Amino acid sequence: MTRTHRPAGRRTPARALGLAGVAALLVVLELAPRLGLVDDRFLPPTSRIAVALAQRLGTPDFWVALGQTLTTWGTGLAISLVAGVVLGVVIGSVPVLRAVTASTIEFLRPVPSVALIPVAVLLYSTGMAGTLILVVYASFWQVLVQVLAGVRDVDPVAADTARSYRFSALTRIRTVVWPTTLPYAMTGLRLAASVALILTVTGELLIGTPGIGKALGIAQSSGAVDSMYAYVVVAGLLGVVVNVLARALEHRVLFWHPSVRGEVAA
Amino acid sequence: MSTLRRVARSVLLTLGLPVAILTVWWVASAGSTSFYSPPLAEIVGTSRETWFSAPLAESRLAVDVVPSVLRLLAGYAVALVVGVALGVAVGSSRALRAFLEPVLEFFRAIPPPVLVPVLMLFFGIGDTMKIVVIAIGCVWPVLLNTVEGVRGLDPVLRDTARAYRLGRVATLRHLVLRGASPQIVTGARQALSIGIILMVISEMFAAKDGLGFSIVQFQRSFAIPEMWSGVLLLGVVGVLLSLVFRAVTDAVLRWYLGYRQSQHGGA
Repeated sequence: MTRTHRPAGRRTPARALGLAGVAALLVVLELAPRLGLVDDRFLPPTSRIAVALAQRLGTPDFWVALGQTLTTWGTGLAISLVAGVVLGVVIGSVPVLRAVTASTIEFLRPVPSVALIPVAVLLYSTGMAGTLILVVYASFWQVLVQVLAGVRDVDPVAADTARSYRFSALTRIRTVVWPTTLPYAMTGLRLAASVALILTVTGELLIGTPGIGKALGIAQSSGAVDSMYAYVVVAGLLGVVVNVLARALEHRVLFWHPSVRGEVAA
Repeated sequence: MSTLRRVARSVLLTLGLPVAILTVWWVASAGSTSFYSPPLAEIVGTSRETWFSAPLAESRLAVDVVPSVLRLLAGYAVALVVGVALGVAVGSSRALRAFLEPVLEFFRAIPPPVLVPVLMLFFGIGDTMKIVVIAIGCVWPVLLNTVEGVRGLDPVLRDTARAYRLGRVATLRHLVLRGASPQIVTGARQALSIGIILMVISEMFAAKDGLGFSIVQFQRSFAIPEMWSGVLLLGVVGVLLSLVFRAVTDAVLRWYLGYRQSQHGGA
């Protein structure tokens, strides 16, 4: 997905329209249950969800749960990022390894990570490790596949030049392979960050690992519909923050890359 | 001779590692007495009677796996149609896009599994709930990628279509959908993996049949070899669906792949 920056003057109306869109959504969600279009036991008016959310925000339990979710998410993402980059660079740089592993990677990647839920439950009960398995399995492939594509994209002339100057393998990776791979790795990180969040919440919801997802499950099973929606909102906002941060990080790390520089110049 | 060698080499490269991994698993687990990781031989042996028992119409394959996949396909189809239709509308209008963008960003960011408890309120635990969950979860990647694809259409092509007075339907078919199809396919691919996740977890939550339901049942009743066979079967279903997806999209995007190849000098 490419994004273009519009000139500053045109941004304001777009932003205003966007705010209007959000406001319209909130009004519709407030009015629909009040006018009886939907049963308010199923979808409470926005104001009641907001009250429930405010109450949640005032309890220490909420912040503990948020912290647990972020810990699981961050740990899983970090593990898959390191593993994906290291394995991707090694496999990508050695043609034999790439050829031998290609079919296995293609086969394992579409295996849905949720298939591992029962295994995770048996091995770790409701502990964080069970959810971590799901998170790492799902997000690792995102990083690995992107890094492999990046290593393949290295300019052969640059690679040959580095080799004829007898750069050591480490220097070659640092000065030739890595700059080409980095944009791909950042795409992988961005995809992995949101996949990791999805699987973190899934694990909490289904396995019962403590966190926002578990709190949501408890609210649902105890019929606290307002709180349940409050947690849905929290999960959505968490997702937005993750997306925004990942994009910002991408821009920051790749400030030198033509894809980012071009956007600013245009 | 050289062709033969090439074929042999590629077969070896493709099958070598998978066969090696399975062999190691088979041998290493052969004498396993661990309750949680039974020998692979036992898992494979169980999977035969667990999933493919005779008569086939009453086997778990027909009773559990087929309904799961049908629900997935139904929800996925709804998501594709709705996502592409809305995406074309939103992508074609700058004002509409600005109006909806933050809202869509928020809905996309909600982790889809969270929808299961919400939609259970509305639709109970039947097939409708699962199909709706899958459809709502899958629609965002399709929608947002379609918007990007439509937005990125070559303005010269748009003007050309207008100058030649191409009708609205013809423009939509030959220019808009065609031009956006690489992006739509990207969205559809992301949507498929989300769809499989939702297929499984909507059944793990609450169901009376289905692949995810069976696996959890096995786990809860400590039928460990059966559970493992279900996990493997689910993996196979995921792989098969992605193979079908690739075959379909390769056919749909043949023009695009050829175009790209000519642009990159046959790389």
